[in-house]
Amino acid sequence: MSEAIDERVRKTSALRKALIRPELGAICGVILVFMFFLSIARDSGMFGPEGVMNWGIVSAQFAVIAVGACLLMIAGEFDLSVGSMIGFSGIIIALFSVTWGYPVWLAIIIAFVLAMAIGALNGYLVVKTGLPSFIVTLAFLYILRGMTIFIAITSTNKTIIGGVRDVTAGDPVAWLFGGKILVGFFQWLADIGLIDKYVAGNKAGQSVVEGIPMLMIWAIALVLFGHWLLTKTRFGNWIFAAGGDSQAALYVGVPVNRVKILMFMFSAFCATVFATCQVMEFGSAAADRGVLKEFEAIISVVIGGALLTGGYGSVVGAALGALIFGVVQQGLFFAGVESSLFRVFLGVILLLAVILNTYIRRMITGER
Amino acid sequence: MTTPLIELVDIEKHFGAVIALAGVSVSVNPGECHCLLGDNGAGKSTFIKTMSGVHQPTSGKILMDGKEVRFSSPRQGMEAGIATVYQDLAMIPLMSVTRNFWMGREPQKKFGPFSSFDFKKANEVTMAEMAKMGINLREPDQAVGTLSGGERQTVAIARAVYFGAKVLILDEPTSALGVRQTANVLSTVDKVRKSGIGIIFITHNVRHAMAVGDRFTVLNRGKTLGTALRGEITPDELQDLMAGGQEMASLEASLGGTV
Ligand SMILES: Nc1ncnc2c1ncn2[C@@H]1O[C@H](COP(=O)(O)OP(=O)(O)OP(=O)(O)O)[C@@H](O)[C@H]1O
Ligand SMILES: [Mg+2]
Repeated sequence: MSEAIDERVRKTSALRKALIRPELGAICGVILVFMFFLSIARDSGMFGPEGVMNWGIVSAQFAVIAVGACLLMIAGEFDLSVGSMIGFSGIIIALFSVTWGYPVWLAIIIAFVLAMAIGALNGYLVVKTGLPSFIVTLAFLYILRGMTIFIAITSTNKTIIGGVRDVTAGDPVAWLFGGKILVGFFQWLADIGLIDKYVAGNKAGQSVVEGIPMLMIWAIALVLFGHWLLTKTRFGNWIFAAGGDSQAALYVGVPVNRVKILMFMFSAFCATVFATCQVMEFGSAAADRGVLKEFEAIISVVIGGALLTGGYGSVVGAALGALIFGVVQQGLFFAGVESSLFRVFLGVILLLAVILNTYIRRMITGER
Repeated sequence: MTTPLIELVDIEKHFGAVIALAGVSVSVNPGECHCLLGDNGAGKSTFIKTMSGVHQPTSGKILMDGKEVRFSSPRQGMEAGIATVYQDLAMIPLMSVTRNFWMGREPQKKFGPFSSFDFKKANEVTMAEMAKMGINLREPDQAVGTLSGGERQTVAIARAVYFGAKVLILDEPTSALGVRQTANVLSTVDKVRKSGIGIIFITHNVRHAMAVGDRFTVLNRGKTLGTALRGEITPDELQDLMAGGQEMASLEASLGGTV
């Protein structure tokens, strides 16, 4: 047989190896987007503390749902009910806390339990019927949205429930989603003049950047958790296997159905994190929140290098995809560009990133 | 006489109105390569799926080391030491060799309450096991999609052997391979057999069967047509048996003996 060294293998340089990775398309996209906005919107305040906080928060929102969509897509499935789930969870929290007077922490827990149960039902139907998750979760996109509006109307005669702020004061679980950290640090930065202060109104003297919102902490934590789970654990290997070839995985004893159902539940969990943070931020819930979020999540994931058919992808890539999404959406606003161009720009980036991703993936996996 | 590693007696398998197996008996001894031949639709794949726990037999018995067993899932079959390498389901091309090799049995490393995939150990073992089979990997994290068909089969076989298979089932491992690759896989089969593992080798190709087989069983329309030991049967006889004698002889004559 052959010698210890195969003569047909070229030495691959360390640089090439470092570059050829699933996230490369998204990394290039991030560089491109930042270069673009640094050149057209540098003086608009977009890169000042307030500006960074602005697009940072929007990116964090995308990232929260992108992590769930990413792991689910790698496991070979979609969840088109994410947007409706966001509306549903928000209304559940507001209904239980404001309308029915339960403590906020309990309302939040109830929302998580219900959402994850619906996620499990999505998953159960997909694995039991063998139908494409595209269809099953499309059904839930309508069912959940309709149910949310119905529940809101029948119990309050409105589709928007306000007054959440009045009931959240001092609630530790509500703080986990709506609070801010490092408040003292940012006030200090303002005191030494690194950040502007409000000059008038009831916040006069306070830093314009109050602190890091918990939403951002959730985004970072979910990205780190998702990345660790996917690349460093046994369960991560099962996620890849379930999406790569579920029959092959089943035959070697991977509990494919369990993996898929858990990933649907995780997607619902992420949607509920998004919804809870949003309800806490706005102080209200509305039955029409979250429309189209499922597609925004899927686009972030695909920009991030994941394969639509499953078995391949990266959580870090999806997070970068979310960053691109947030920066472009808010950046065009800072640059004073007509907002319809947002969609044009996004479409172009999506196309470029996916073309590059396809090349890279073929290089890595030997696909033809 | 040695007790067979596994013995299947009078296995019947019905799918609704379809009788896929109508009483098939096959056994494998330690270190033996038992070739299963038969035309398309003869029931070979159904038979080995019954053996490995994917299907449950409609009737008949499965004995391992003389004791009756019953598998309700492939996982149970695997745990009892029956490993199957399916022709096209052997490996997941998008995943690395190491990830494939350990799929379903990932080694864990603990720190505190968290346990993670022990890639260091997994990579070392994968490289070593592949080297034993005569394949030197560039790196353990290269995707299986970058390997050749024969190399993929070899990863699957190496995996089965490493995880302590007593019976290794190979479903047409050579049917998509070229001459060199086939030779490599057949020599791997030979190595595995010498280590005392029993092998069930499914093929359409009489020459591949003759190259490694110790015993040959021909299936036809869900029934055993006959079993012969190596040396008791010539390749031509085997070929005839497989194709149903008479018809084939006349077909072959009209093709000028090229089949
Ligand atoms: N799940 C199933 N449901 C119904 N019929 C089946 C099923 N699996 C196999 N069969 C039938 O059983 C018969 C035997 O099929 P099997 O796949 O075992 O053949 P085979 O010998 O492996 O053929 P090949 O050489 O083409 O692989 C076929 O007629 C097939 O249609
Ligand atoms: Mg077959």
